[in-house]
Amino acid sequence: METIRLKIDGREITAQAGQTILEVAKENGINIPTLCHLDGVEDVGACRLCIVDVHGQLVTSCTTKVGADMDVQTQTAPVKEYRRMILELLFAEGSHVCSFCVSNGGCELQDLACDLEMHSVRVPYSFPRNRIDATHPQFLIDRDRCVLCGRCVRVCAQVEGAHTWGFAERGSTARVITDLAVDWGQAESCTSCGKCVESCPTGAIVRKGASNAEMRKKADLVGRLTERREHE
Amino acid sequence: MTGVITAQQSETLQRILDEFKGTQGPLIQVLHQAQDVLGYLPAEVQSAVADGLALPLSTVSGVVTFYNFFRTEPRGEHVISICTGTACHVKGADRMIDILRDVLGVGLEETTQDRRFTVQGVRCIGACGLAPVMMIDDEVYGKLDRKRIQEILALYE
Repeated sequence: METIRLKIDGREITAQAGQTILEVAKENGINIPTLCHLDGVEDVGACRLCIVDVHGQLVTSCTTKVGADMDVQTQTAPVKEYRRMILELLFAEGSHVCSFCVSNGGCELQDLACDLEMHSVRVPYSFPRNRIDATHPQFLIDRDRCVLCGRCVRVCAQVEGAHTWGFAERGSTARVITDLAVDWGQAESCTSCGKCVESCPTGAIVRKGASNAEMRKKADLVGRLTERREHE
Repeated sequence: MTGVITAQQSETLQRILDEFKGTQGPLIQVLHQAQDVLGYLPAEVQSAVADGLALPLSTVSGVVTFYNFFRTEPRGEHVISICTGTACHVKGADRMIDILRDVLGVGLEETTQDRRFTVQGVRCIGACGLAPVMMIDDEVYGKLDRKRIQEILALYE
């Protein structure tokens, strides 16, 4: 395999051709914030939080492959400011009130807000009022807490192979749906495997019966599953 | 396939699917042609397209709902576009919509049971001097009131 030399935050680093900037950064202990990235499924660059500066251009590190002599900056002031803005927009778009949420204390969005030092939201909240779908016997979805990362959609298609979750519409009305926008409990293709629950970064898709701050997820479950498959 | 579409339409759909089989990225073109033939893309047509192209149904429905161009509800024979732009709004577009609802029994983005009319709202159509305005297909009708709307609709009965 071809070896590539590049710089990340001024450090000389060696990588394999075909690796993404995010992979290489992780291997070298350099932390880049992510939200839609999930080990075990394809990266799509949906959330834009992993943006880095490559020769003055902003690119998503999860979908950009390393190149020879790349000079990658992961922590410049503009990059940090853009990440914080993206995060604030995510908060304003949904209804992310931690104190009322089952995932309080176990939420990737909440962790990001702490890590990126988001102390306030500078845009008006949109206060969505989506109906909670609790028709599935074991799980429920509260779309007001969905950040449209698409992890449920990808894990359902690429790992479980059920294709139950999908996207509908676009822009401010975009949402994840089960089958042809039927209630989850009526979605025939759903195998109730629960991988979407474990993959959802927020309190949007959760197990029933969990109360405030009781929901804890296994975000690494899918990565471990796919790794075991590869070793077989 | 049963119900919403006829056997003949089903055959046409199959021909479209056969034509595109094996080509790269055919989904949007197939949906485009299917809608041309069928008028809209109900769930069973989306299912048939998914089967025919060996794609997950979620992918097909994602594309159908993403683009405004694709419709999942049938359209009427005539499309009534009622202007809701600024001038028409001031001149009572809301009232005109209420009158249409009285007369036809349907509101915005709905189709009458007999599939004769679909009512939709549009932004300015550039005839502000005639506000409130509506279009039926390609014909423009201005200075609307209840009496005029009834007379105009009678032309299409």
